[in-house]
Amino acid sequence: MEKYWHVLNIGLQNTMVYRLNFLFRATFGLIPLIAIISVWRAIYEGKAGGQVASYGLSQMISYYLVITIVDALTAVTEDDWQIAADIKDGNISQFLLKPMDYLTYRLCLFGAGRIVYAVFAVVPTCAFIWLLRDNFILPPDAATACWFAVSVALTALLQFLFSFTLALLAFWVLEVATFIFIAFAFEYLAGGHLFPLDLLPPAVAGALDYTPFPYMLFFPVSIWLGRVTGDALWLGLLVQLLWVVAAYALARGVWNRGIKKYSAVGG
Amino acid sequence: MSSEFKVQSSTSSGASPPPARIPHYLSLYAALWRNSVIREMSFKVSFLMWIVVEALWFVLQLSFIGVLYLHTESIGTWTKWQVVALVGTSHLIQQLFTALFLTNLTALSEHIRTGKLDFMLLLPVNTRFLVSFRQVDLGGFISAAGALCVIGYALHRLGHTPGVAQVAGFFLLVLVGILIHYSLMLMLSASSFWTVRAQGIVWGYYNLFNIARLPDEAFRGPFKAVFTFVLPMLLVSNVPVKLLVDKLGSPFEILLLVALAAIIFAASELLWRTALKRYTSASS
Repeated sequence: MEKYWHVLNIGLQNTMVYRLNFLFRATFGLIPLIAIISVWRAIYEGKAGGQVASYGLSQMISYYLVITIVDALTAVTEDDWQIAADIKDGNISQFLLKPMDYLTYRLCLFGAGRIVYAVFAVVPTCAFIWLLRDNFILPPDAATACWFAVSVALTALLQFLFSFTLALLAFWVLEVATFIFIAFAFEYLAGGHLFPLDLLPPAVAGALDYTPFPYMLFFPVSIWLGRVTGDALWLGLLVQLLWVVAAYALARGVWNRGIKKYSAVGG
Repeated sequence: MSSEFKVQSSTSSGASPPPARIPHYLSLYAALWRNSVIREMSFKVSFLMWIVVEALWFVLQLSFIGVLYLHTESIGTWTKWQVVALVGTSHLIQQLFTALFLTNLTALSEHIRTGKLDFMLLLPVNTRFLVSFRQVDLGGFISAAGALCVIGYALHRLGHTPGVAQVAGFFLLVLVGILIHYSLMLMLSASSFWTVRAQGIVWGYYNLFNIARLPDEAFRGPFKAVFTFVLPMLLVSNVPVKLLVDKLGSPFEILLLVALAAIIFAASELLWRTALKRYTSASS
């Protein structure tokens, strides 16, 4: 296990190089966030009841703010490109020789990247949330906050495994970028990035429940907002866990097949 | 040296430029086009896949509007199909910009980092011309055609047939919008003359595109002021659509858009010259 601590450590040091970049990213990321909140405000002003599909204005604004938090903690940014490049350039050959598991290695780097990003994103994000504090809803109680944390951890794993598997396509195709963008587009909608999924027509939202996408973002946010409680919470966490296990199995399977197919560049 | 670009781009026949200048640059551009077509056609699958990616993101934006309007009648005074036309116009401008400029401008920081810019400076062509027009991304034109179809359909659903002057004005303003995006992006890319690590430029700019497709009435306060008067994202696609669907408050808005485009273009030229003056190549 100790060797992976070193990986994490190296990962932390490496990503620290990009700290300014992260700070900018987090700050500029607020621009579309402000935009979407403004649009919702305009919509709520034209609404007599002050409700859109059981969301009040504060809930709606909080939804997007919590998305920003979950995103900072779980989103895969560079990792998939690096994995694909590692395969394409033949860099993974060394991992086949070393007593180091590539998936775990990558997971450590992903974790390190998220930690550094979160540390630097926390300033602009918190400042922004403070500005909107009148409309910011905290989790209803401490237990909910804990379950939110658990769900975020599972979301991070799911995000990572999903991107990892997708990047492994580089074993078979030359350019994975298009696949990554297509998958990202699906996830953007079906994960709830654009709007809360219960705004969709019930049939569509119901169908999405059978995919892993809602568990990649929407589910933890719903926990925070206190919209999932009791049995639904347990069931949701269980389903999320099952998706993580399934994604792990898939990632392992694809890796094993890919390695068989792999012939290093120049070798 | 970059003043040549201005001569090339202005249609007035001044006394100073050599007579063959504009045809010369046109034939150069034609050659660059030919190159791009050949390059694209050698990666056919990837070419098609990128069109799919772009189309998917476009559908995503449209479905967002669709879902919003499941729950509301209007955003400010903007009705559903007006916003669809807006999203379409924003996409049209963005795709034409992508087709003509995006790859070229984002490659600039790489040219500076690797010192390839030295080579471009030595060529007997205006450098800004070469940096801006080197490559054409043909997929962008196909996506732009898709955007035009969506705008047309939105107009049909609005039951609105714009006049010839409106349509002509619309396309002129779309060109002005492309000019704004081009100038802003050139300035952003030129920042890599100062900081070699200018990654995230595309990403940063993508955030701005995001605003351009939203109705201006949703915004107020300092945010609206900044994105109207400094980075006119709330004008770029809003004004042409307003002209097209008879929504324009006053002709002043068109004037503002055109004036800001001129100012931003001049600023980009100024920055470009300053940047080139202090350029000392990669290894020195």
